[in-house]
Order: sequence, then structure tokens, then C-alpha cells
Amino acid sequence: MQIDDTDRRLLRRLQANPGLSTGELAELAGVTPATCSRRIEKLTRAGVIRGQHAVIDWGSLGYEVEVSLRFTLDKTNPRAFDEFLAAARAVPEVTEIQTFLGRVDVRLHVIARDMGHYQQIYREKILTLPHIADIEALMQVAVIAEGEALPL
Amino acid sequence: MIRLDEIDRAILRALAEDATLSAGALGRRFGLSQPAAWRRVRRLHDEGAIRRRRLDLDREALGFGVTVFLGVKLAAKGRVSLEDFERAVRAIPEVQLVHHVLGHYDYRLRVVARDLADFERILRRRIMTLPGAGEVEANVLLSEERRPGPIQDVP
Repeated sequence: MQIDDTDRRLLRRLQANPGLSTGELAELAGVTPATCSRRIEKLTRAGVIRGQHAVIDWGSLGYEVEVSLRFTLDKTNPRAFDEFLAAARAVPEVTEIQTFLGRVDVRLHVIARDMGHYQQIYREKILTLPHIADIEALMQVAVIAEGEALPL
Repeated sequence: MIRLDEIDRAILRALAEDATLSAGALGRRFGLSQPAAWRRVRRLHDEGAIRRRRLDLDREALGFGVTVFLGVKLAAKGRVSLEDFERAVRAIPEVQLVHHVLGHYDYRLRVVARDLADFERILRRRIMTLPGAGEVEANVLLSEERRPGPIQDVP
């Protein structure tokens, strides 16, 4: 679909504050509420807007540790990716899975209650994942920015 | 720390999937009155269990064909100010996420670009020139899944 400046303006505002009502969004973007809801509906129907998700603050729920685990896999096995990903999906403490082109093959974002809990997850659920060639951990210290906004 | 019961956990899971669900819709799904559902959603926000809402956009349809995860190591630690680096990195429009981390790298970045040539421009002109930036590692995103997380295990 063709996206014009009005669409971009609406998306920019909505992205900055996804909870806005149609009326509020229309006013901020300088369009009528009718135009606003028509445009948003069109963008949603075309799949440009895929949805909205509540972002859970795991820290407030007692999960104090967040670790970015970066894996290289044993690519001599053609099933390595599929089997690794399927097994990683079965670990509840994994909140994100990404695959890459680069030195890193897969990244898992893992959360744990504390360091003891993390060590237990790491030993029992991570090191036992199939086809791992190498693992590198980056322990999260602070979130500096996380809006994930596109520069529309 | 916020305590959740079975219904709170179900509501949290539903909102993580679709944050636009109304209190009425949540109430019908979980056998609550609309005001009772509204109070529970309010509490999840007020007590910080829900941090924000994330709008999920089709990046490619909007012209951002490339997403890259970067590991950035600061050169000469101790002599560079983390604040200077963080202020400068936050001002780059293409940077979507910045985590301060402990490990081989000091920062983890998520960057979007129109294509690989655009990414190269961002990398050279904006990332490599950040105050204190040393070694940079780039991995191009191929696929991504967000998982619900251990909601059922939360006390």
C-alpha cells in the first residue's frame, strides 16, 4: 500500500503514545476524527499496523535479572536451527528469540528472579539446548532507551 | 512487588497479546463485570506490572528493510563518560533500543535502516563517531519472536 505523509504523521504520534483515543490522535496529527479512524483502519487492514502489546515490567514481578545470550550453532547439522529454536521456545524464561546473519546465529533474552535462579536456568535449560557451538552472555545493567520507535 | 492471582495473570497474558482489549471484552472472557476488569487492569498499570504499550508496525512496509543488533565496546574506559555516550546515542533517530550491559560489550543497540547501504551510512557517520565508541559488532536480524514469558510462574 502507498503510505503518504498523513499516514506517517499518524503513525509517528501513535507510536509515541499507543494508548491515544481516535479523537486525541486526530487532534495531535491535525486531521479530522473521521479521517483518522479511516486511515488507521486502512493501515490495520493492510497489515502495516500489526497490533499493540502491553509490555510487561518483569522487574516489578520479581524478575530482577535480564541476560542477553548470544549463540553460535553447530551448522554442520542442517536441523540445528529448527531444533534449537523449538527447544528454546519451550523455556518459559525466554522472552525473545532472534536469528541473525553475522557472527551470532541466535540471541535469547532470558529473565530470572535472581542470580541463583539464573544459574539454575542456565545450567538446566540453556546449556541443554541442542547444537550449541558457543555461548556469550551480556548481563543487562540498565535500559537507556527502549521506545523501539521507527524514525518515520 | 506486586502479587497476582490467576485472573490477573490471565489478563496480563491477554493484554501482552492485544493491548487494545477493552475492560468489557476482558470481563466477558474471564467472567468479571466490566468495572471489576477495569479495576484489575488499572492496578496492573498503577503498580507497574505493565510498563508501556508497544505498537507493532510492519517495518518493511514502512521502508525499513534492515534491522541490525549492535554490540558496542567503549574504547579507553574510565576516560569516557557514559553519560556523554548515552546522550549521543539516544539522539540517533535510527536507534530503537539501548541497553547498558556487562560482558564483552558495554552497550547493546537495535538499529533500523532502509537497506544495507543506509545502514553503512548510519554505522560510519553516527555510530562510529559516538563519544568513546570502540569495537562495534553488527548482526543483521533475520527473524524475531516475542515470547509470553513465565507469567504462570509469577507469585
